[in-house]
Amino acid sequence: MLDTRRSIETPEGVELGLRLAGPVVRGYAWMIDLLIRFAVYIAAGTLMGIFGNFGQGLYLIFVFLMEWFYPVIFELYNNGATPGKRSMGIKVVHDDGTEVTLQSSLLRNLLRSVDFLPVLYGIGLISMLFNRDFKRLGDITAGTIVVYQDKLAEASDIITLAPRTPPVPLTPLEQKSIIQYAERVKLFTPQRSSELANILEGVTKEKDEKAVQSLLQYANWMMGRR
Amino acid sequence: MNQDSFTERYKAQWEEFENWLNSQDKDLPKDKRPKVSGSVDVPHMYRQLCHHLSLAQSRNYSAHLVEYLNQLTLRGHQYLYRAKSNTITGFVNFVFYEFPSLIRKEWRLFLLANILFYVPLFGVGLAIQENPEFVYSILPPEQVSEYRSMYDPNAKHIGAERQSDDDFYMFGFYIYNNISVGFRTFAGGMLFGLGSIFFLVYNGLSIGAVGGHLIQIGYSETFLSFVIGHGSFELTAIIIAGMAGLKLGGAMIRPGLHTRSEALKIAGRTSLKMVYGVILMLVIAAFLEAFWSSKGSISPDTKFIVGYILWGFISFYFLFIGRRRRAA
Repeated sequence: MLDTRRSIETPEGVELGLRLAGPVVRGYAWMIDLLIRFAVYIAAGTLMGIFGNFGQGLYLIFVFLMEWFYPVIFELYNNGATPGKRSMGIKVVHDDGTEVTLQSSLLRNLLRSVDFLPVLYGIGLISMLFNRDFKRLGDITAGTIVVYQDKLAEASDIITLAPRTPPVPLTPLEQKSIIQYAERVKLFTPQRSSELANILEGVTKEKDEKAVQSLLQYANWMMGRR
Repeated sequence: MNQDSFTERYKAQWEEFENWLNSQDKDLPKDKRPKVSGSVDVPHMYRQLCHHLSLAQSRNYSAHLVEYLNQLTLRGHQYLYRAKSNTITGFVNFVFYEFPSLIRKEWRLFLLANILFYVPLFGVGLAIQENPEFVYSILPPEQVSEYRSMYDPNAKHIGAERQSDDDFYMFGFYIYNNISVGFRTFAGGMLFGLGSIFFLVYNGLSIGAVGGHLIQIGYSETFLSFVIGHGSFELTAIIIAGMAGLKLGGAMIRPGLHTRSEALKIAGRTSLKMVYGVILMLVIAAFLEAFWSSKGSISPDTKFIVGYILWGFISFYFLFIGRRRRAA
């Protein structure tokens, strides 16, 4: 199973799609968080060093909290994402797509210490590679997944052209592909859009730019522009 | 209905819902959240949206529209089905009912964790009374002499002479060190229980070796009066942390009628409650150890009496508290 899109069914009976984040992007997010924590330790250490032993004690409590609860605090109050995860555009949610709670966030982060073994998330990586949802052990136990926080692509309106009926009846799936093609045509180079349009030469009986135009006209017709 | 007229017809509804979601979104800065006046029938709007999403999916509308509806529905789903909790009554209920009843319910695991900890502890402690050299097979000699000087009754102060801000430093250290040990003892359970077993036995062995040695050389009063107080909370907490880890390991080894991951999820929820209790107990223990046990000005007799009371309290708590369900 190479597809990383998972669908969850809501109680209303619709299927929602989520895109899972894999080990690499999660690794980057972890490294960013590591750097942030490191910088904070240096800053806090310098600051609390001024206050002698009292400051030292405070610093140890602070380090303890950061080591174990840094991800928990952010996952709870920053919409499921530590700063590192946010910058990589990923977040933690429950298996059913709802936001993480204190319990699940704590569990997955306490068990992080086992996933980290023997070095640099060795066990976590093995677990992620064997699990179809890229879960490390903490995720399995807490019932969480890490998903992309998809931003909706720019609304790509289909260029308005005189609508034209396709010369042959098309199945819904074929119609969908043509509409998707029309939506994305602005993102392609002219060569690529011609190349793709030429595949349907048998339908359009045209080549290159003319074929592109025809497909866009069909798309306009399918969208109901009459 | 084709896509354009579908969009035209319902766009206003979707935008109204999106606007409402934005008004509730804690992620947006306050001034960016739109104000929604009057009452809004959110569940109805959400169900409509779900309906539109499945229509769009089944009618093969464009990927962009489906994705837009998908994300909007997802946000609504996350908002409507988010977990709500009441922390204060939850906390009281936890301390006075849930935690002690849970330990009683899982008494077999509790017993097992106690055996894994106390058998090595007393075993080594007694073995050292018979054969004093045995301590060196467990601890390095430097560490032994370090402990010896810390609890020397002829020294002016037990432990090290400390100012009050040193006490706070030690408090910080105990929080950092002991709770981390507790967490690791718990998390080690994910290795089929082996990590938890290791930490329980290992801690039992080293505490037994230190204690056995100090008693054998005649430092028992300084040592025991120091550890008896906070030991009640600390040792019991570490045992419960191991017990929580064993719970996870048990789910991996013997998932019963569930799949392994399902069994882990169920065990995870239970064991996390034990960990909550462990955190609480270790914070209390750190406080006692830093501000009570180390006070040289308090006589050993007082420390013993308080220690017995604390052990009595812990036993009473786990035996009797929360036997009757509280009105939550």
